Amino acid sequence: MTTRQLIDPHGRSIVSVTGMGLTTSLGRGVEDTWRRLAAGDSGIRRIKRFETENLKTQIAGTVPEFDDDAKSLPERSEIIALQVAEEAAAAAALGIDGDFPGPLFLAMPPIEFEWTIRHDLAAKLNETEALDYIKLTTVADQAPEVYRHMFELASISETLAERFGTKGSPISLTTACASGATAIQLAVEALRRGEIEAALVVATDASVNPETMVRFNMLSALSTQNDPPEQASKPFCKNRDGFVISEGAAALVLETREHALARGATELGVLAGVGDKADGFHRTRSNPDGKSIIAAMQNALSDAGVTPDDIDHINAHGTSTPENDKMESFGAAAVFGERAAHIPLTSNKSMIGHTISAAGAIEAVVTLKTLAEGRIPPTINYDLPDPAIELDVVGNTARDANMQVALSSSFGFGGQNTCLVAAREPLA
Amino acid sequence: MTEPTKRRDVVITGIGVVSALGDGRDATWQGLVTPEAGQDLIDCETFKPFCYYKPIEVDLSTQIPKRGDLRQMELWQRLGVYAAGRALDDAGLKDDAARLDTLDMIVAAGGGERDLEVDHGAMQLVERRGAPDAELNEFLATNLRPTLFLTQLPNLLAGNISIVHGVMGSSRTFMGEELSGADALRIAHSRIAAGQSDITLVGGAYNGARPDVFLLFALTGQIWRGTPGSVWQRKDEGGGFVLGSGGAFLVLESADHAEARGATPIARLGHVSTDRTRRRDGQALDSLTRQWQTMRSNTDGRTLGVVSGATGGEPATGIERAFLAKLSDERGGIPVRAPASRTGHLMEAECLLNVALAAIMLDQGTMSPADPHSDVETGDQSAIDTALVTCLGNWRGEGLVLLDKAPR
Repeated sequence: MTTRQLIDPHGRSIVSVTGMGLTTSLGRGVEDTWRRLAAGDSGIRRIKRFETENLKTQIAGTVPEFDDDAKSLPERSEIIALQVAEEAAAAAALGIDGDFPGPLFLAMPPIEFEWTIRHDLAAKLNETEALDYIKLTTVADQAPEVYRHMFELASISETLAERFGTKGSPISLTTACASGATAIQLAVEALRRGEIEAALVVATDASVNPETMVRFNMLSALSTQNDPPEQASKPFCKNRDGFVISEGAAALVLETREHALARGATELGVLAGVGDKADGFHRTRSNPDGKSIIAAMQNALSDAGVTPDDIDHINAHGTSTPENDKMESFGAAAVFGERAAHIPLTSNKSMIGHTISAAGAIEAVVTLKTLAEGRIPPTINYDLPDPAIELDVVGNTARDANMQVALSSSFGFGGQNTCLVAAREPLA
Repeated sequence: MTEPTKRRDVVITGIGVVSALGDGRDATWQGLVTPEAGQDLIDCETFKPFCYYKPIEVDLSTQIPKRGDLRQMELWQRLGVYAAGRALDDAGLKDDAARLDTLDMIVAAGGGERDLEVDHGAMQLVERRGAPDAELNEFLATNLRPTLFLTQLPNLLAGNISIVHGVMGSSRTFMGEELSGADALRIAHSRIAAGQSDITLVGGAYNGARPDVFLLFALTGQIWRGTPGSVWQRKDEGGGFVLGSGGAFLVLESADHAEARGATPIARLGHVSTDRTRRRDGQALDSLTRQWQTMRSNTDGRTLGVVSGATGGEPATGIERAFLAKLSDERGGIPVRAPASRTGHLMEAECLLNVALAAIMLDQGTMSPADPHSDVETGDQSAIDTALVTCLGNWRGEGLVLLDKAPR
């Protein structure tokens, strides 16, 4: 970046990205993951961690290191959150280790009790006793120390805040499948308000367990094409039948550009625009008029001060569900008009599945990397394109392109629609 | 550092509050001045030895007319959607489709309600019968209900508010026990003050009939066993909170925006600050003191009262006591009220409930009567024009909110 521009077209501080971290089913680290994404590798496999008999879906994008591990959802989510935050903080080299000069914004899955704790407590009760939660409270004081706060919703943010010394009250949030994008949005807004000069954004999700799979299966949201696993996620294809649930985490260090340049930091890109718009049509489906999806995209573009013509690339939500991909392409057609068919678009979920709460941040990292490398990772399994979807899907092999500005979209249950505009360099 | 954007005044123009004290501003005030109000809602039998507050009976259909919508929600979401509707009504927004379409929203929510029958059945199956995992999978696939999944997602309270009331600006849900409510208020306030939003609905809701939550806080040693009594009188037996049921929603907007649409402010929301300390060596007390320093000049010459977020849990209530003693010394006495003695603890919604109650007291111009069983709460009804609300998490988080009487 050559210019010393500090203020965006709306007169606000420009927000630079100075550190990134990534863990997915494809491995650890931004560079390694990027290499495999660009090569079109799939991280989707048969689940090994738990018994899948009697589950409709038996595949997932699990993080390999948890394969032989009985850890619970909050433990797994915390471990990968720490990994990506370590990577991003080290890359940004901001302040002293353990004394990060800004707040934490954490996108995370809801936490509920799991078998590990129920099992440990049940073992302490007389075997003839019937089991219920009230019974378990009678032996709660004998629970292993590790469980004391694990199932509180503030537990992961507390661990991160303690490790990195972030400032103030950490924000833990959920907007379902848009959570990662919302975490970035909240940080960008706080930076623009001038309240802070740096923020640590972390998004994590390791929800793959039998109960979660059963729940999503009941909503017919998951692909049941178990064989072969790596071909199940096929965004924008005619024979797509649902998403593949996955684990992953991403972290970004965001700073005002002024702060980043003043300390000589290496900029990895700019978060130029954020936009969201709720949908009140249905709990799991978008309004068929697409208004909220369209408005979320338009809000992000106008927030960045760009027009649809300025967008060089779209990192799609692209879940591979019949509903999402249809509505997303409908929205893109409305916003970009005829250009929609000529803007190279890709879905990272074809390779790493849907990481739910983490997806928006993982895809923001990949989008920034895509712009920096001038290479668009492919949408794999793009063998039977849906003829009703007229988008320029980058199918099966990576494509090189000179790009400045990209849109990354996230849509979730509960009418959540959040879009980000990323740029290689500040926009004039 | 870039200069902070010019700050705008933020006012509260609508309150929807449902607790053991009552439903709505007027009934809640009547509840506050009637010591026995809500006591009949305490249920100590169903989940012995734990007591909790049953929700007050309200006609949900007045805010959630479609039975189909009600069926898609568990109690915490129903209470929240109901309270949100009451707040929108109070702010005169209920039928203003154009404003609702761009109204922003931040909800503080916990994990959803578990299906106890399924959980207990599964425990029996796995722990007592030693069933193989494949059988558990089958049990879950047969017994879990898809609608219940959605009632368990924290962000579906906001989702249901969008569906039922048409609130469709930005929609964000914070988690993290007590401080999620304080932070929802802080960020909504900051966004409006900085011009990032003109008007925002902020709130949360809780259902206290949660055996899984009794276990959650039995693990931390913070749940009270036995009859509630005063939150100030539980310390000798280790302290603990009693869960309540209810919801609290506020409509916040810039003073200019309120004036332009002819809305009457109930109170002005001056300062919202939050922090997280490790709670070692008096750090929490230091943080509260520091936060107070940033806002105290705004209370010079004002008549201040404290609505305390003390819930009876320790060490939080002890920290609270120490802070209030300091404050009282500084000001030569100060009236304090801890509504949790009357309502139970609403967790994510607790701070928001207390801010709503403080706004109601400011509107009345007087504090509610003191708790006769407490040495912390002194004096009878005291006139106030400014209120400080303390928002402490039982495990983590320290926050303060300062409100004053709305300019008329």
